[in-house]
Amino acid sequence: MSAIVSLSNVVKSYTRGKQTVEVLHHLSIEIAQGDFVALMGPSGSGKTTLLNLIGGLDRPSSGEVKVAGERIDQLSSGQLAKWRARHVGFVFQFYNLMPMLSAERNVELPLLLTSLSSAQRKKNVQAALTVVGLAERAKHKPAELSGGQAQRVAIARALVADPTLLVCDEPTGDLDRSTADEILHLLQVLNKDHGKTIVMVTHDPKAAEYASHQLHLDKGQLVEGDVKAAA
Amino acid sequence: MLKQVTAVTAMNLRAIPQRMGTSWVIVIGIAVTVAVLVSVLAMVAGFSKTLSSTGRPDRVIVLRGGSNAELNSTISRDNTINIMDAPGVKKDADGKPIASAEMVAVVALPLKKTGTPANLTVRGIGAKAPELRPEIHLVAGRMFQPALRELIVGHAAAVQFQGVSIGSHISVRNTEWTVVGEFESNGDAHESEMMGDIETVLSAFRRNLFQSVTVMLDAPEAFAQFKDKLTTDPTLMVDVKREPDYYAEQSNRLNKLLNFLAFGVGGIMAIGAVFGALNTMYSAVSARALEIATLRAIGFGAGPVVVSVFVEALLLSLIGGAIGAGAAWLFFNGNTLNTLGANFTQVVFHLTVTPQLLLSGIIWSCFIGVLGGLFPAIRAARLPVAAALRAT
Repeated sequence: MSAIVSLSNVVKSYTRGKQTVEVLHHLSIEIAQGDFVALMGPSGSGKTTLLNLIGGLDRPSSGEVKVAGERIDQLSSGQLAKWRARHVGFVFQFYNLMPMLSAERNVELPLLLTSLSSAQRKKNVQAALTVVGLAERAKHKPAELSGGQAQRVAIARALVADPTLLVCDEPTGDLDRSTADEILHLLQVLNKDHGKTIVMVTHDPKAAEYASHQLHLDKGQLVEGDVKAAA
Repeated sequence: MLKQVTAVTAMNLRAIPQRMGTSWVIVIGIAVTVAVLVSVLAMVAGFSKTLSSTGRPDRVIVLRGGSNAELNSTISRDNTINIMDAPGVKKDADGKPIASAEMVAVVALPLKKTGTPANLTVRGIGAKAPELRPEIHLVAGRMFQPALRELIVGHAAAVQFQGVSIGSHISVRNTEWTVVGEFESNGDAHESEMMGDIETVLSAFRRNLFQSVTVMLDAPEAFAQFKDKLTTDPTLMVDVKREPDYYAEQSNRLNKLLNFLAFGVGGIMAIGAVFGALNTMYSAVSARALEIATLRAIGFGAGPVVVSVFVEALLLSLIGGAIGAGAAWLFFNGNTLNTLGANFTQVVFHLTVTPQLLLSGIIWSCFIGVLGGLFPAIRAARLPVAAALRAT
């Protein structure tokens, strides 16, 4: 399968005071379309930084980041925002739902960035909530949902605009084991049945087992993994 | 873009109840600022209205040259005749000039509200004064009689001062005067005075000099002719002013002071309100940092976020402005105040909260809202998405 995500010789460093800390060291990886990759590693290993680069939330200090054939490391922040709206669905550890909006309004948010009509948006929202099994909770606000249900709504929000890539940052980090398994199973279904490419950061080895491939990072470098390391 | 702006702004506004405490800081801060500003400006408007409503363009007041007010002016009896005979002065059916040579004196009487003495003007007026000032009309009692120590009292003075009701006796320069009538004068400055027969008043104060001559012109256009005659007459050293101009000048000094007070105090309070608004909006942006970062991650642009912060600041400011302006109108509009006028005597006036003042209060509140929302909006737009997401 062709690579949908391709990082070449990527360096990411931050400046803290007078010190420059290099978080990712000349990293090169490729992720194939339709893959489900778990990014693992200890705290501070650079997992989330790598995920942010893949998701277009951050830009590398040097090197190339290509997603779906487009060099996103060269885009301005405005262009990146538009690019994210088209290509990336995000799932966060703490769901990041808008507390004042109902589930369906939360799911509708990415569609407000498209030219879809109100009726079409409503239809797509309903379809996304059905996929995650929460169609009947459409009118409920986040505070009225359990953690697992809230994360399902967040997954529906990530899916609804049919993005190229799902980027999940510790999606089960705030859930108990059985709810976490349900969420991971849902991600697996989205990967296998709906062909979604998923990149997931996790600390949890059991969660990583749901992925089709695992990448291990330590101190900003790839230490082992079964995804093609281009370095 | 509009969809984004509407969605983000609506979300922001719906979250205000969750930040009610800090939101009140903006509303109350601006409400108090606007209330103070509007009420002080209402004093300016009321005082100006009272003095500017005194006089007509076809009436002219003549004072000794260089005198700012009647109290420090003197005009001899001969000169008053020359002034009244000048061209342009309206004559009655008998060919007599419609004019009044007058003097003003000051008596100290206790105020009803505080019991403390305050200055009240006693104006001696000529026989033609009723024709000269037709707006003056009796509302109780009768007119004073010439050669008797009788006075009529203006309605505003009657409301403010003790011992000036009809039938009361007032001691003026060791002579006893009786109040025989009460008059109104369309709420102008004369309503804060007492009036009596000029010759009797002159005699009581042992004076032989008048202080002003007020004449009625044939028409407002006759002013230039009248003024030219008086100012080119070498025997006269006088200032000639249309009544509205004279009273506008009288109100100028106090207006300047009140304006300085309104915009000085209002300005300082506004700066405080801006900081209050800044603090509130920074808190709002900080409280919404995760929401903003999430929206930005999803793909929303910085523009809608900036607009949403601005709209919130403006909306809260407008609410504060409306409350402040409304309170000023409700509590102060029409209230009676008195202050020292040009002759060091009390001038009674009403606070007037005009629609223009309400509008200027609202504009001030918007101005405060814009300043208070600007920097927080910029901060919201520049919020680093990845860092804000990680901060959770």
